[in-house]
Amino acid sequence: MDPLDIARWQFAITTVYHFLFVPITIGLSGIVASYETAWVRTRNPRWLRLTKFFGKLLLINVAIGIVTGIVQEFQFGMNWSDYSRFVGDVFGAPLAIEGLLAFFLESTFLGLWIFGWDRLPAKVHAACIWAVHLGTLFSAYFILAANSWMQHPVGFAFNPETGRAEMNDFGAVMFNKVQLVTFPHVVLSAYLTGAAFVVGVAFWQMTRRGASDEDRGMYRKAVRTGAVVVLVSGLGVAFTGDIQGKIMTEVQPMKMAAAEGLYDTESPAGFSIFTLGSLDGSHEKFAIKIPRLLSFLGTGSPSGEVVGINQLREQYQQTYGSDPGAAYYSAGDYTPTIPLTYWTFRLMIGLGLVAAAAAGWILWATRRQRTPTGRGVLWTAMALPFLPLLANSFGWIFTEMGRQPWAVFGLMTTAQAVSPGVSALEMGLSLVALTLLYAVLAVIEVRLMLTYIRKGAEPAVDLLPLGPPDGDDDDVDRPLAFAY
Amino acid sequence: MELTTVWFVLIAVLWIGYFTLEGFDFGVGMLLPILGTTEKERRVLINTIGPVWDGNEVWLLVAGGATFAAFPEWYATLFSGFYLPLLLILLALIVRGLAFEYRAKRDDDKWRANWDLAIIFGSYVPAILWGVAFANILRGVPIDADMEYAGGFFNLLNPYALLGGTMTTLLFLAHGAMFVSLKTDGPIRREARMLAARIGLVAAAVTVVFLGWTQISTGSVGSAVAFALAAVALLGGLAAVGNGREGWGFLGTFVAIALGVAGLFLALFPDVMPTTLSSGLGLTTTNAAATHYTLRIMTVVAVIFTPLVLVYQGWTYWVFRKRIAVHHIPDLPTPVGNR
Repeated sequence: MDPLDIARWQFAITTVYHFLFVPITIGLSGIVASYETAWVRTRNPRWLRLTKFFGKLLLINVAIGIVTGIVQEFQFGMNWSDYSRFVGDVFGAPLAIEGLLAFFLESTFLGLWIFGWDRLPAKVHAACIWAVHLGTLFSAYFILAANSWMQHPVGFAFNPETGRAEMNDFGAVMFNKVQLVTFPHVVLSAYLTGAAFVVGVAFWQMTRRGASDEDRGMYRKAVRTGAVVVLVSGLGVAFTGDIQGKIMTEVQPMKMAAAEGLYDTESPAGFSIFTLGSLDGSHEKFAIKIPRLLSFLGTGSPSGEVVGINQLREQYQQTYGSDPGAAYYSAGDYTPTIPLTYWTFRLMIGLGLVAAAAAGWILWATRRQRTPTGRGVLWTAMALPFLPLLANSFGWIFTEMGRQPWAVFGLMTTAQAVSPGVSALEMGLSLVALTLLYAVLAVIEVRLMLTYIRKGAEPAVDLLPLGPPDGDDDDVDRPLAFAY
Repeated sequence: MELTTVWFVLIAVLWIGYFTLEGFDFGVGMLLPILGTTEKERRVLINTIGPVWDGNEVWLLVAGGATFAAFPEWYATLFSGFYLPLLLILLALIVRGLAFEYRAKRDDDKWRANWDLAIIFGSYVPAILWGVAFANILRGVPIDADMEYAGGFFNLLNPYALLGGTMTTLLFLAHGAMFVSLKTDGPIRREARMLAARIGLVAAAVTVVFLGWTQISTGSVGSAVAFALAAVALLGGLAAVGNGREGWGFLGTFVAIALGVAGLFLALFPDVMPTTLSSGLGLTTTNAAATHYTLRIMTVVAVIFTPLVLVYQGWTYWVFRKRIAVHHIPDLPTPVGNR
């Protein structure tokens, strides 16, 4: 394989993998922080138990999120050095700020939260997990600002002398219109993901045989509040996604034409839910189409014109000249891989909708103190945590693959971005090593997660004596409240 | 001062933060099999750094990010050039970070032994390779006219660089032992104190040779002063710990590492990655830098947020200031069983 292919596979594998853990961290840290705040305010032991139980699951998840994040920062320089040279002046700033504002906040306060149960007053301790959550949001903001710049570069000028993009308006980079809608879209989907995880875990605990009434009541709270969060954030994800589609139609029309596999301009344009047959525009055997929906999604008007791939290709060729990456991409001519964009777009939306529907069903099935016993609702609840994880992954694959052949839209192709000095052997070694290690870690993580999910929340009596000291720590021989 | 110089200094500061802080937690990891003969002792060691190691590691991430932003060419050449060492460091940091969090999550000797190996490997590899990498930066590597690294992996394994790797490893071992002596109580504390003094002496010898070699080949007046003070701090720290003054001992290795790194950066300036090829183009603070505009924005952000980070990170060390001894470790790792 050519170094470019290897570098792309590595980026895809490490990024999709990393982003399985990120949204759970963002969403679950917010939920655990809310539980702990409820505990501090009401002193109802139920909330402390939920804080500890989901806190432990959060930490199992965060650990992998953190260590796989290091790879993300390093690989820009390692595999994409020409990209780094070209964009560093613009793209490096949000990355550096992310480290300074977000990573320090997250990791320092996470350490305080994990070990600080008996060292900090309850309110300060709860504030620590909020600080972690805030850190995750900062982190999301800056890294998405960097990504949005790749989708829609603004606030810079190309300097022919240095041959690179140079920032001239930091505000424009930070408040890029793509960023302003991507950030809420991603963060809301992270809340959806975290809440779906909580619903799945708590539902299983709630309905398992032999659960005490007290435990049932506690898990029911988690199930129902979680399901509400799934529904509300799901609405928000749909709403922001809709705006994002319109902005994308404007800034990257090819991506949205590729999302439908629309080869020729139509007005109005329909949206197919499902297509059998080839997506190359020559013949489709079977399709379910909703008339006018694509026009509405792309332009906001049911009769709006949506420009097709063939017309866009001509437009792009006029604007950018013949495709500098055409030799590499067999599709060539500024066209992304259509079946991939077509299906990932549908799977993202479809799985998101199914997740929301599942949460709605669970909410209905648990109304008025009911504990559902049916298989259907149980399996739905068990599947729920996985739906947003898949939807998130498909969303990222769609938006990144839909931008191809560009790394930075309109400025630099992916083929131009790769490190010229790194051999296929080195990159292959890195790809194999990281992929194997990630696979092993996935097995370890899932098994550990299942172990701790099965254990369930500890009884309140084991947790309560942990109450933090109000005065100074006089008992020097007291064992640590938490130790690795 | 030119903004490019300001950022050279800031990046030096970030690396100083990284090596002085993660230096001791690497040290603790490397000492795990030596100081931790029983399971409870190993847990004492791990718990001395448990709340802080991750915050320490962020200094590396910020150093990397700041280099990307302030000196994109340096970031690109360095990271793509030192490919395999960095890959090894990544693998090491991944398993090491997970080990701290996962080790106590299962009550199973085999499980813990595997994670102990991860901690030991994950601490030695970066401790050695960061030294190798920095020595190579100072020594110069083949960089061609396009600012691309043109040497292979084995080019990085020259005697000077290997000495650099030995030095960082020994210094971090001594620094870690100082930290353990400061943070623990009981037999492990006494042992750590002895070990700090012994390893410290060897570390001091290697450090003097390496810094002397550096001073002769690329040194400046500034680096000479920093190196001399680093040596004084190191010997002072060793003398202190020999007299049972653990706090002063730790301060000694801390300051020695800080001044040593500062001296290396002073010896490097104004280069950031010199080339050994006559036809090549070495990287300097000017030709590798971002634009004035970007540097100005970054300066504002750094000036506001770095002090804040120092305050809350410092507070963490205050919160967890208590010494830990074997009897502080609760019986079961965390309240868990096997399944």
